Amino acid sequence: MHSDVTQFDLAAPPSLQAVLKQLAAEPGKHAPIAGGTEMMVALGAGRLQQRSLLSIQHLRELRFIRVEDRLLHIGSGTTFTDIRRSAEIAKHLPLLVQSASWTGSVANQNRGTIGGNICNASPAADTPPALLAYGATVTLVSASGERTMRYVDFHLGYKKTALRPDELLHSIHVPLVFGDHRQYIRKVGTRNAQAISKIALAAVAKVEEQRLADVRLGAASLTDRPVRCSATEAVLSGASLASDALEETIRLARAALAGETHAIDDIRSTARYRGAVAGNLLEEFLRSLAG
Amino acid sequence: MSHPFDLGPEPDEFAEEEHQLAKSGLNLELSRRRFVQAAGVLSAVATVGLPGPLFGEKPATSGQAVTLKVNGQTQALNVDPRTSLLDALREKLDMTGTKKGCDHGQCGACTVLIDGRRVNSCLTLAVAAEGAEITTIEGLAKSADPKDISELHPVQAAFLQHDGYQCGYCTPGQICSAVAAIEEQKQGALSIVSFHTGNTDHPDLSDDEIRERMSGNICRCGAYPNIVAAVRAASKGATV
Amino acid sequence: MPQRNAILGASPIRKEGRAKVLGAAQYTDDLALPDMWHGATVRSTVARGYIRNITFAHEVNWDEFCIVRASDIPGKNVIVHLMQDHPCLANGYVNHPDEPILLIAHPEKAALLRALKNIHIDYDELPGVFTIEESEAAVKALVEKNDDSRIIWPTPKADYEGGPNCFKTYEMYSGDAEKTETGLEAAFETADFIVEGEYATGAQEQLYIENNGVIAECFYTQQGEVESVCVRGSMQCPFYLVHALTLVFGLPDDKCRVIQVETGGAFGGKEDFPSVIGSHAALLAMKSKHPVKIIYDRAEDMAGTTKRHPSRTRHRTAVRKDGTLLGGTIEVTLDGGAYATLSSTVLSRATIHASGPYKWPHLRVRSKAMATNLPPHGAFRGFGAPQSLFGVERHMDRIAHTLGLTPEEVRRKNFLGTGDTTATGQPLVDKVDMQHMLTRALNEAGYHEKVARFAEENKHSLIKRGVGFAAFMHGTGFTGSGERRLNSLVYLDVLEDGLPQILVSSTEFGQGTNTILSQVAAQTLNLPYEDIRLAQPDTSVVPNSGPTVASRTAMIVGKLVERASLQMLETLRLQVHLPADHTREEFIAAAKAYRAQYGTLRASARYEPPAPIFWDDEKYRGDAYPGYAWAVYVAEVAVDMRTYMATCTRFDALQEVGKVMHPVLAKGQVEGGVAQGIGYALYEKCVWKDGHLANNQMTNYIMPTSADLPPIHVHFEEVPSIHGPMGAKGIGELPMDGPAPAIMNAIENATGISFCTIPLLPEDIFERVQSLGHPHGGTEDLDPSVDRDTRVEEVSA
Repeated sequence: MHSDVTQFDLAAPPSLQAVLKQLAAEPGKHAPIAGGTEMMVALGAGRLQQRSLLSIQHLRELRFIRVEDRLLHIGSGTTFTDIRRSAEIAKHLPLLVQSASWTGSVANQNRGTIGGNICNASPAADTPPALLAYGATVTLVSASGERTMRYVDFHLGYKKTALRPDELLHSIHVPLVFGDHRQYIRKVGTRNAQAISKIALAAVAKVEEQRLADVRLGAASLTDRPVRCSATEAVLSGASLASDALEETIRLARAALAGETHAIDDIRSTARYRGAVAGNLLEEFLRSLAG
Repeated sequence: MSHPFDLGPEPDEFAEEEHQLAKSGLNLELSRRRFVQAAGVLSAVATVGLPGPLFGEKPATSGQAVTLKVNGQTQALNVDPRTSLLDALREKLDMTGTKKGCDHGQCGACTVLIDGRRVNSCLTLAVAAEGAEITTIEGLAKSADPKDISELHPVQAAFLQHDGYQCGYCTPGQICSAVAAIEEQKQGALSIVSFHTGNTDHPDLSDDEIRERMSGNICRCGAYPNIVAAVRAASKGATV
Repeated sequence: MPQRNAILGASPIRKEGRAKVLGAAQYTDDLALPDMWHGATVRSTVARGYIRNITFAHEVNWDEFCIVRASDIPGKNVIVHLMQDHPCLANGYVNHPDEPILLIAHPEKAALLRALKNIHIDYDELPGVFTIEESEAAVKALVEKNDDSRIIWPTPKADYEGGPNCFKTYEMYSGDAEKTETGLEAAFETADFIVEGEYATGAQEQLYIENNGVIAECFYTQQGEVESVCVRGSMQCPFYLVHALTLVFGLPDDKCRVIQVETGGAFGGKEDFPSVIGSHAALLAMKSKHPVKIIYDRAEDMAGTTKRHPSRTRHRTAVRKDGTLLGGTIEVTLDGGAYATLSSTVLSRATIHASGPYKWPHLRVRSKAMATNLPPHGAFRGFGAPQSLFGVERHMDRIAHTLGLTPEEVRRKNFLGTGDTTATGQPLVDKVDMQHMLTRALNEAGYHEKVARFAEENKHSLIKRGVGFAAFMHGTGFTGSGERRLNSLVYLDVLEDGLPQILVSSTEFGQGTNTILSQVAAQTLNLPYEDIRLAQPDTSVVPNSGPTVASRTAMIVGKLVERASLQMLETLRLQVHLPADHTREEFIAAAKAYRAQYGTLRASARYEPPAPIFWDDEKYRGDAYPGYAWAVYVAEVAVDMRTYMATCTRFDALQEVGKVMHPVLAKGQVEGGVAQGIGYALYEKCVWKDGHLANNQMTNYIMPTSADLPPIHVHFEEVPSIHGPMGAKGIGELPMDGPAPAIMNAIENATGISFCTIPLLPEDIFERVQSLGHPHGGTEDLDPSVDRDTRVEEVSA
């Protein structure tokens, strides 16, 4: 431990309202902590700025999975294990189940929450690519009200989000419109299990008469934040997968993806590698659609 | 003053007990205990006996009262609010079976069960475990007494029979993790291997499934093949 | 009555097994002493420089703390290994990042963190060297320009053998030096081909799951002088720490007591390092007048303790076109880090193993260990052999590809066999049949069928599969006259109950010492395994049976236990008429009768070579090891050309180890070594930043999990050796030697690309594929003839 635990405060307000009230009273002073799988590491490494922790792990009102109005709603306090075990999510959103299944170990999945995964805002986080590809929206709450925004607008930069200091992520909503889509996800990590991703790509698309429609691509570690690859999507919209056109489609798509890739060198990988492998994954997806 | 290297009681005072233990191959446990007794004699203060909790004498400065239910026993303790469950178990409750390997949730040595689910106790706040049923390695055997060898938990027995350990340091975490993994499979839980193989309807614990589901518990000795064999056997209700 | 021969070769449950599965086994951090304080280490934040100033901030009440500086050391400020260059605490000058400067202790562990943050050290920084090449360049600058600005060792300037920036050098010839040079000259002139190659290996962290930790006590005379110290902790070699303490405290051996407690993995990482942390805790205990515990956390352990030596091996080989080796030169260079520690012996083993299991008509090996401003490198399973064997086993494949032969053909042409002499001139008296070993290993792995099948399948797949192998040997026991110098001693007592107890300083840390030594005694004494006990390794109680290193415990110490057991039987038969073919009850009765008559019964055995061993340390020639274990390992790999990830998909390990004492433990040793070898080859990279390990957490130092390892098939051959109990040889380190070259050979078979540096990460494969001109990687036309690591000369057409 590189932090002295006696220098920290911890409170566990009894309700969501109480948490929001405390956040509103002293914005920026408190760090919410849910499963702790990220925050405890930050604490242990001495990286935590705030000196006061608000435990939200026990708030039942943030832990739910339900279908309403052709939307799947997931509470931010839902654990990876909850997601992995949900028949509803498995049926409609297999990419999310898979990404939850390769997040850390089962012990991590039992504690870690999807809200924490999103709000920690690591560019390498496991669930954002699927949520981006699925076109999710998020609801943020505060003592003064709530707002809903497109998830793609939530990440503003490296570890920067639209969340205000007085706000909590309340829930994530995904439209259940992917029954006819082809779906693809692949994570390239440092090893097969318990790995942080070097690059990951989630993709959904419709194929109609060998032409692509409604292509949505979400990626991890391609830029300083989880991103939707909209330039590549634009190139692929309506593109042909016919055998005489496939190679050109792939070439154009790879070029577009390279154009919106701003990967970095870090302790886990290199920018060059990340860029090339992202292209390879995209190519694999497109070939699987054609094949 | 007595010579600092005086070992205290003559070794032969333990002969009968040692002989009983040796019948069960347990003589080393005894030597461990004797060491702790000898330590008392060795140190400046001649206190004999098992060590107390490290911070037992001093109340925590900004303590928070917590009640933890560990292995069926309710225990009240005073902790700094930011104390991890791991530190609370080891340093407040003197339950040292749960090990600290990385303190980062990366090695799994500190795995315990909370309401039957495996968690890394180093990443769990002690206060967040209040009200839950906590099970540690000490709570698996019907009797935690090493002399009482007939009372091993089936997973412990399988690890012993299959040599599912070498240095033993990751073993308490491996065993707790395996207990949960077997239970998860019974409930039909899936892993990424289930998705890759397409076997998503209540998959059996194939060796690949076991390797994936146990991958959160690092064993640097590389006893994985024997760990997989032990989990496989225990999941089928066998120890051999 | 137990069946004779039923115990050795069977697989009884480990002696300490039940305690381990119950969580009742107590490791260092599970123990506490009354009034114990906790210690921590203040470390350097720069790689090299003078300490200008140390400031203790006012925020902390320093009166509560015990603070130890170099000036508090009562004896010598040195951690003795083989030289005395390594300070216990930096005194005015630091030579690597994370070097210990001060020690602090406090009754409350939590108080240490705040204190550490409030000690500030200013430095006058000096330039550092961080690689073998930079260290060599610094020497060149000294010689050519009289520029000593990057000469970092010895410090202070002293006359050490290796010279500036060099801890040690060796020159080893396959025969008389002059004749060999002449022979080499002729060989290179007449060779059909000269093949050169350069091979490099990286540092590797031992990553035992239990971090280093100790508890120390200090005792005073009535006059207030230090009378003795006692350290207990996680370690391999209690008597090494005794030696270190005698210098730091200026005390005789018998006043420095060391007790090994349950040790959660070691792999060499707790061979030399406990001398550091053990001395530190003892100094804090001395000054604080309290028992002091120091337990490193993971980040500190990874950044501050030893790793495997990085290496560079250069081969230049003269070969005939049929594959026969005519002569060769090998240069092995190790990066030793900032102080000498064990570098000279690691280098010795690297030097001797550099020739591989081959006949070299003329061979010269030159080797050196260079100083860098990295934390000192130290022991790690294999101890130099994995480094130089990686070189020779990659090079054999290189020669094969150059000559258009198969890797198998080249090796078969040159294998050592019974009656041959090794490169050090050691005659191989015991049967050695590498031809058969290779045949069997390749069959077990389905090698030939796979070579053919993968070559076809790879044409149409982005997953390239391949198989490769490595043939090698590992010398067991200390090198040359080492065992004679160690002069190991074991005791075997009979206690009051009439049953025996083994007393050795050999330690258990997962490899099975307790179990196999008990098996040897049980087998020899014809008693049940359960009747044998071991005393805890406590230097005030047990004799010095040598360090638990060098794959020596089963063979050397096992033999001593066997001899002590035989001596005990002889005593009982002569003195109290123990009948031949005795029962357990007869043994107990005889032992009790003896004790009644004579008081105690202790048998002992001191090391004597079972056969003469000749070794010339000057010329580095003779019988390098009491025995060798021989092996052929076959790796199967898959390289995904979309992600450039290489995965080992199957592993076959065949070894000849004399006698398999405990099949389950032996298999476990091989599986564990192979797992670490796979990590060494494909995953484990130390990322250094100005000499500091930047990835000093398990999050970013990537070792294989259960989901990353392939099925490992373990096979044994047995050719009993006279040096070990019932023929056993050592096995602990052998499995670390073969995986890396076998895997790299398999990757070349899969991709056609020759990789000569490990660890080989996906990023490295990617860059090579890119440089070969495949923009998207991995289609079909990789050109195996493009090889940037190796120069091939055709001498004569």
